Amino acid sequence: MSTTPTTADQPQIGTARVKRGMAEQLKGGVIMDVVNAEQAKIAEDAGAVAVMALERVPADIRKDGGVARMSDPNMIEEIIEAVSIPVMAKSRIGHFVEAQVLQSLGVDYIDESEVLTPADEINHSDKWAFTTPFVCGATNLGEALRRIAEGAAMIRSKGEAGTGNVVEAVRHLRQIKNEIAKLRGFDNNELYAAAKELRAPYELVREVAELGKLPVVLFSAGGVATPADAALMRQLGAEGVFVGSGIFKSGDPAKRAAAIVKATTFFDDPKVIADASRNLGEAMVGINCDTLPESERYANRGW
Amino acid sequence: MSTPTIGVLALQGDVREHLVALAAADALARPVRRPEELAEVDALVMPGGESTTISKLAVLFGLMDPLRERVRAGMPVYGTCAGMIMLADKILDGRDDQETVGGIDMTVRRNAFGRQNESFETAIPFEGMAEPVTGVFIRAPWVESVGAGVEVLAEVPAADGPDARIVAVRQGNLLATSFHPELTGDHRVHEYFVRMVEAAAR
Repeated sequence: MSTTPTTADQPQIGTARVKRGMAEQLKGGVIMDVVNAEQAKIAEDAGAVAVMALERVPADIRKDGGVARMSDPNMIEEIIEAVSIPVMAKSRIGHFVEAQVLQSLGVDYIDESEVLTPADEINHSDKWAFTTPFVCGATNLGEALRRIAEGAAMIRSKGEAGTGNVVEAVRHLRQIKNEIAKLRGFDNNELYAAAKELRAPYELVREVAELGKLPVVLFSAGGVATPADAALMRQLGAEGVFVGSGIFKSGDPAKRAAAIVKATTFFDDPKVIADASRNLGEAMVGINCDTLPESERYANRGW
Repeated sequence: MSTPTIGVLALQGDVREHLVALAAADALARPVRRPEELAEVDALVMPGGESTTISKLAVLFGLMDPLRERVRAGMPVYGTCAGMIMLADKILDGRDDQETVGGIDMTVRRNAFGRQNESFETAIPFEGMAEPVTGVFIRAPWVESVGAGVEVLAEVPAADGPDARIVAVRQGNLLATSFHPELTGDHRVHEYFVRMVEAAAR
């Protein structure tokens, strides 16, 4: 007698465990912004764990101004063809059709990113509706938990992309870590009010209080330009780093990329970081974040 | 015997989950990033991660040759996903310059199950275990072929034909799975490995 297999016996794609588990495999690694197949190969050669395919790195988006959108599918496909490591790509905040397109192209992770011009100033995309996992930016714990409630399977602290200045990355990661530490000290009575204050679901707040960490992987982004920057973010508790403009806006991208990979793995070994930092040539010029007008602060985008 | 000390290769990947799983399986677990740390452990887990990154860092930081020597000398090693690739004598669809530690007489195809959109979880029977294990497959490799000395421990049905795909193997003191038991909270595969480590020490 044959029995009809139940759904539990059938392979399940796009489960929370499969989406979050993908990010677990990226831990301790560097994810690099690339704008073409050639850069993607340089990143892969240097030991990147994944690449972020986009048309312009944040430094150029800043320079050019105008509306920044999802990249050309041809360009994304060329990068997918060029490398064997995972490929991520960015959709605008709330632009779930761009996200649908990225899923259909077969990208491995979608970054619903404040670096692009938001498409919706109230809502983010419903990320549970996708089999492709999402990473989202956050400046604080409440924002991180709202993104996870919407289905994000990975969080990156936002920093300030395209500045080559690590100060905002430090601020946001410290903020998230400090708020998690504070929750750890709360008793059950206090967690309800904490959830209200964080504007996040109580269940997630309780989970964070119990785990002492987010229920998904936490990377750092937005301003990492040197091996020491990457190691700093790791020592502050980031599980890995995104490097955007910092590599391909520098004098010797291949060398700098490899150096940042080494410093990310040996983040607690100053000798390795020192060796990795030698003779890297020009770093990207960088922007003093104090001089950035509010309207040009990407970290303010996201709600 | 005393509790075995098992290292987790901590160059990149889901190291923390393996440390937790090994501790739950009553081993002393610690991260290994340097040759001198490798020298101090009785056995090693090679975690999931990006195999090209792990391989490159192992070469750069002088771990590849010590790893091969320890494997040749009989150190028990368990590799998951990227770690399975690292234990393969031969790989397909890797980078041209991608080196492996080797040790298991098998050919492993990298990312064989597809990209992240094809990543899946499913229940799989595992040789010697009463209940199936939950296999979490993430851009996972499969074993394309094995030599005579390799024991196949688990297979999944192929999506596109009658064949089954080999996803868990053992040869001597070496164990490898395409999937990630460390992500499930079910520590039976890690317990299986700890028993292997204890047996090798006797």
